[in-house]
Amino acid sequence: MIQVCFFFGAIGCLGGAIAVIALRNPFYSVLALIVHLISLAGLFLLLQGEFLAAAQIVVYAGAVMVLYVFVAAYVGNVDEPLWEPIPGQRFIAPALGIALFVELAIAITGSGLKAIDTHGPTVELGFGSPTAIGKLLLERFLIAFEAASLLLLIAAVGAVVLAGRHGGEAGGDGARQPKDGFGVARDASPATSPPETT
Amino acid sequence: MDITWYLVLSALLFATGVSGVLLRRSPLVILLCLELMLNAGNLALVAFSRSLNNQEGQVFALIVMVIAACEVVVGLGIIVAAYRRRIPLNVDDLRSLRG
Repeated sequence: MIQVCFFFGAIGCLGGAIAVIALRNPFYSVLALIVHLISLAGLFLLLQGEFLAAAQIVVYAGAVMVLYVFVAAYVGNVDEPLWEPIPGQRFIAPALGIALFVELAIAITGSGLKAIDTHGPTVELGFGSPTAIGKLLLERFLIAFEAASLLLLIAAVGAVVLAGRHGGEAGGDGARQPKDGFGVARDASPATSPPETT
Repeated sequence: MDITWYLVLSALLFATGVSGVLLRRSPLVILLCLELMLNAGNLALVAFSRSLNNQEGQVFALIVMVIAACEVVVGLGIIVAAYRRRIPLNVDDLRSLRG
């Protein structure tokens, strides 16, 4: 039963990951990533990470992906020419990926760790529950927790500065207005100066 | 299921993400591939946490999710700003940094 669940989860994960890099429309890539994340949450459940699976679905597949969907819809279907000016990239890139996978697989299977050839020890009842994770976060890893919250705050402020004001009102219009200003000035100067000279 | 299966799957997902970054040129899809790589790392962390009967790996995975959220927010902000300034969204054209 566990094997069946694992292989369904693994197929979902891998299919989603390959669909992310194979589909040409970024919108479909985002949807494929949602499939990938939900399958990955299933695998976390198999590994007794209950709170992590719930957080993965709620935060990741829910909130972060909504952000992606909005940006993909806003930016729209950027017509990406499928292949590169760099010759042979479509062959070299997957070859490098496969080489990396072979290397990692050799490293994992040849690591000689005894524990990874078993299913893992039997764990106590509350392993991975919100109680245990919350206790660890607020007692042992309190500094990391606070640093993460500070980092989130900085990232939110940074995103507002990047996309909101500079890009939107001041920057975007500012980048467009010089063109319009020059255009208007160039259009206006021949139109206004001849009546002045005549 | 042996923990090895999870680790090999994690390596496969990471390699998929790496080839996506090398292959695609839309910055949005490259951010998605970065997510793939971070999630592969998360899977390895949770597998090791199960294997060692130690919940600290799951806390580590949670912090990685926070970092991924930060990276997404800033990256998407840059993409939106570039789109509004009519900069082409193609990483081959975005090769110079100017202040």
